[in-house]
Amino acid sequence: MRYVEEFRDPTKARALLKAIARSAETLGASRAAPIRIMEICGGHTHSIFRYGLDKLVHEGIEFIHGPGCPVCVLPRSRVDEAVALAERPGVIFTTFGDAMRVPGTSRSLLQAKAQGADVRTVYSPLDALELARRHPDREVIFFGLGFETTTPSTALSVQQAASEGLTNFSVFVNHITVPPPLKALLEDPHMLLDGFVGPGHVSMVIGTHPYDFIARDYGKPLVVAGFEPLDLLQSVLMVLKQIRDGRAEIENQYARVVPEHGNPVSLAAIEAVYEPRPSFEWRGLGEIDASGLRMREAFRAFDAEARFQVGYGAPQGRAQVPDPEGCACGQVMTGRMKPTACPQFGRGCTPDTPLGALMVSSEGACAAYWTYGGARVAAE
Amino acid sequence: MCLGIPGQIIAISDPARQMGLAEISGVRREVSLAPVADRPLDRLVGEWVLIHVGFAMAVIDAAEAAATLEALRELGEAQEALDQMAEGDRALAASPAPAEGAA
Ligand code: SF4
Repeated sequence: MRYVEEFRDPTKARALLKAIARSAETLGASRAAPIRIMEICGGHTHSIFRYGLDKLVHEGIEFIHGPGCPVCVLPRSRVDEAVALAERPGVIFTTFGDAMRVPGTSRSLLQAKAQGADVRTVYSPLDALELARRHPDREVIFFGLGFETTTPSTALSVQQAASEGLTNFSVFVNHITVPPPLKALLEDPHMLLDGFVGPGHVSMVIGTHPYDFIARDYGKPLVVAGFEPLDLLQSVLMVLKQIRDGRAEIENQYARVVPEHGNPVSLAAIEAVYEPRPSFEWRGLGEIDASGLRMREAFRAFDAEARFQVGYGAPQGRAQVPDPEGCACGQVMTGRMKPTACPQFGRGCTPDTPLGALMVSSEGACAAYWTYGGARVAAE
Repeated sequence: MCLGIPGQIIAISDPARQMGLAEISGVRREVSLAPVADRPLDRLVGEWVLIHVGFAMAVIDAAEAAATLEALRELGEAQEALDQMAEGDRALAASPAPAEGAA
């Protein structure tokens, strides 16, 4: 139990772990027949491993890691398109640091930069906007990544650019939405999940109602959770209680930050700037209907794909790029397979020589297993 | 990039653009207050907010801010966020603003 010592409030952690164990036993959960709870968000995956929660909870609880790491879901083709944009003459390509090392077919953005492309890591799309103001003679492109938590930031930046009349700023939009992939997972007959721990910071923007369908149509409980260890344990307990009582509801454990209806300004900005794409390609999963966003007609001038005719904006269509040989990124990303079961884990694929983004990002399941689970996994 | 970091708003820097100066773990940075500007901007000074990629996304209380910051430190995410801010500042410093700019 060495991990428990690291909690700020070990007494509370112990009490929660005990209550979880009691519920698991009441429900007859065991290692052979566990209750399977998916944590959707990569931040949660990171937290679970950092604190060893997967080992601390009753053995009848299995955490299934969900598709909630926005860098991890990018297929190689998308990275290739980013590299192609970055290598255009006159372009300053700006990105969050997370995306720099994600491998494309022949190179990552970091490698493109080493070969002379002007790629800059920024903290915020506002930094990119400022670069565009300072370089009226250059095209400044921002790599728009992330779920609903970061979508408002690019939407508001584009609105700002429009109001200033900036004509050299655009976004390579890779924003995705959480509900569609969950629906795809729930539709999969091989994917047996008993409940969900939902991403708190996404719900800070969208509220709790976009998840209603999970309880209503699929009869599964979902608890929106903060990312601190006690938040996660409490949320797991809330899921178990719902199962025990035969309820399926959307509950909010993180009400101190998450308003039921989300953030109205952010939602309005998303709605004004973006619309669902007909479909969007996910690593290992292929195209999922209406799972990604693109700019509305009124903002097309700020859409890098339309502006430079790449990706979904290319008149000849997008290039199909297969996943690397033997990689199981798609399987792992959707919780169908544990990272250690991927034939490349620790062999062809390590943090120094990543094959997939799941090994690059701190929120990726493979990196989490590697960083926190390496010794443990080897011992099992 | 998905986890926000708490910061305290110490001044309104550009009311027209809804920008404010935040102190984040000892580092000062300009952030957009647009998502929490459903109240008069002046009233945000002194408040704690959760900042995601340069945008104040929610007003939180001081205790929540402290707990969140500590959890982020334990996860190594606080340092990561600060590194990313520094990286962003470097990207801008490489392109100084025209003479009158306050970079
Ligand atoms: S170990 Fe590497 S190749 Fe295998 S699933 Fe993880 S990131 Fe993909």
